[in-house]
Amino acid sequence: MDRKGAEILWDTLVHAGVEVVFGYPGGAILPAYDALLDFPIRHVLCRHEQGAAHMADGYARASGRVGVAIATSGPGATNLVTGIATAMLDSSPVVFITGQVPGWMLGRDAFQEVDMTGITMPITKHNYLVTSADEIGPVLEEAIYVATSGRPGPVLVDITKDALQKMARFVPGSRPVRLPGYRPDLRALPEEFDQAIALIDGAKRPVVLAGQGVLQSRATGELRAFLEKAQVPAALTLLGLGCVPASHPLNLGMMGMHGEAWVNKAIQEADLIVALGMRFDDRVTGHLQAYARAARKIHVEIDPSEVNKNVVVDVGIVGDVRETLNRFQGQVAPGHRDAWLARIAELKGDSAVRDIQTLPDNGRLLAAHVINDLWNATGGNALVVTDVGQHQMWVAQYYHQETPYRFVTSGGLGTMGFGIPAAIGAKMARPEEEVWVVVGDGGFQMTSAELTTCVQEGLKINVALINNGYLGMVRQWQEFFYNKRYAATPLRNPDFVKLAEAHGLASWRVDKRADVRAAVERARLEEGSVVIDFRVEQEDSVYPMVPSGAGLDEMIRRPSPIVETSQSDW
Amino acid sequence: MAAESNGRRSASRLQALVVYVEDRPGVLTRVASLFRRRSFNIASLTVGHTDQPGVSRMTIVMEGDDADALRCEANLYRLVNVLRVENVTHLPSVQRDLALVKVRCPASARSDLLQVCDVFRARVIDVSPEAMIVEITGTEDKIEGLLDVLRPFGIIEMVRTGSVAMTRGAEAPSVDPHFVHATVSGVDSGQPDQQETGGQGGTDVL
Repeated sequence: MDRKGAEILWDTLVHAGVEVVFGYPGGAILPAYDALLDFPIRHVLCRHEQGAAHMADGYARASGRVGVAIATSGPGATNLVTGIATAMLDSSPVVFITGQVPGWMLGRDAFQEVDMTGITMPITKHNYLVTSADEIGPVLEEAIYVATSGRPGPVLVDITKDALQKMARFVPGSRPVRLPGYRPDLRALPEEFDQAIALIDGAKRPVVLAGQGVLQSRATGELRAFLEKAQVPAALTLLGLGCVPASHPLNLGMMGMHGEAWVNKAIQEADLIVALGMRFDDRVTGHLQAYARAARKIHVEIDPSEVNKNVVVDVGIVGDVRETLNRFQGQVAPGHRDAWLARIAELKGDSAVRDIQTLPDNGRLLAAHVINDLWNATGGNALVVTDVGQHQMWVAQYYHQETPYRFVTSGGLGTMGFGIPAAIGAKMARPEEEVWVVVGDGGFQMTSAELTTCVQEGLKINVALINNGYLGMVRQWQEFFYNKRYAATPLRNPDFVKLAEAHGLASWRVDKRADVRAAVERARLEEGSVVIDFRVEQEDSVYPMVPSGAGLDEMIRRPSPIVETSQSDW
Repeated sequence: MAAESNGRRSASRLQALVVYVEDRPGVLTRVASLFRRRSFNIASLTVGHTDQPGVSRMTIVMEGDDADALRCEANLYRLVNVLRVENVTHLPSVQRDLALVKVRCPASARSDLLQVCDVFRARVIDVSPEAMIVEITGTEDKIEGLLDVLRPFGIIEMVRTGSVAMTRGAEAPSVDPHFVHATVSGVDSGQPDQQETGGQGGTDVL
């Protein structure tokens, strides 16, 4: 039976299990919106296409299923770009559907025409320009397959208006996707496994570096079994948080620029690094020449182009992390590494006294206190979405992730404005979860219009606004590296409480630590979404910090008043 | 360059990659865009049909060492439309470049020029009262050699295709979709590295 391209579009998505799309209509995509009314798909109307992109991304990250965002041609499509790049850098499976001017107008600078496949070539895993109705179904099935298989990533499908309007015949799922050049299921050679096992068995001071790939390949159980059998401690990347319970004795915590000092020191002292589903980002390695020089290196990665990209390794294992870990776990010898674990415990040394939680309550509200109390009050069980900046690092440090898949954050691209829309997507994906967004006053203002989307969709998210009146992370860099010359970082903010109320949310202000817990409790009781304006210490900094370009163990540590006192006693 | 390679891996300034791609719109842009954004320098790139419908073949000569070539290869495989990549730099292989050179040539110089062409086995494919067009096929070196001796006559314009490359012997790289490629440690699971069926060293001279 012939039907319109637009109907094939929705039918294909429904057949693929898509239940919700995030988008914004416009001229070129209008035929698709018209047909949407006849299909069982929920459409979430964002207030800016960037919001739709982050929502679909947040949905994908929280659910592990494909997220779908839809926009019209021209400005609608270009507004998606930041969200597409965000999904690309964090390997998030999102399909972006954009309208395009009719085929006969292509290349003539028509109204709202922009070369979307050209623009997004470097920031998508793959993209398509669809100019005929019969391509719509097969291309969408291909796009979903490419987005979700192998190393996941965003795929853009740009569809001309006339392709949506014309008639074609397509039965979803009727023919297998055929991509002769696409290899999502690479395997390492048996001798490479043998080399890796030999290195692990022979290591005295091994460290596992676990990244998002562990979560994406659903390998948390396998990782834990491997760590426990081989007695290897694990350091986590930002996006890997949750893949080992925070309280697990072999979990060291987060590594990298704002990782704990002992974690980075352990990596620098290690004689073997086993990197799993991570990509040695510069925020993780610090200065490459000084990185883990004593260590042999094994890199388990599904994407061969990541191996030997930043860090040259001894053994590269291309393949799925879960399968690889199963093999490791079966073959490695049970480990006894008490000396190494004792050494790491020793490295933790003074960190406890430098911990911000141990700072005396002097009446000022510290952001880390807010995060800690939020963690306590929610029992550590909320699904936490962050924006980008200082608050993001404090969440990573103080909202301890005991379970996987409860932490959504923009890592690779570091996209301010990600938090609120990504939380909407996450809540759509996991409505049973208590969703908290932690967001700074800078990032909040980039996408706060999406608060109305929450209200419109009847969603409950809780926004913890960490308001310090500065673009805090940039201010911190100015403090450390630019002699406190605060160029363009102080913010003159609107009244956030009134702003949230204008959007129809409950909102109030908190400026004392004593009130934090009660505020969290109250937010949980409110029926709708809330914004809590936490007025925190203005010039606080995230410690420890590895300055950009420094060695991983050259950290700026928190000046600890307790340490200073004990020294002056001597 | 690789034309006289002896099949051993070593650092090299120029790397020759043979890349099989699906013949679809935009594939050339994807490949070129990849080279640009990963900061690989293309010395030359040629593309044309193969005897297999729907499959095009590129020869890309890039600047870089073996590690760069491996990185480039892995990145090329990230492109969904790329079917197969083979680095022929260290394989026994032949490379050819084609040039058309329009040379200033009054009647008085004609016999001299023809003589030069004869030595280089170049062909004259057009003659006009004041100029000739010379066609030459060969290695980059050979073409450079001809250009050196043509220059005194006066080169009016020139066009070159860039290198095309092919390994020697009876084997050809498979573009079979089931070919699983998993080389990251410098181990090539594809064609054997030391295949020397074509007589290494070859006769790739004038």
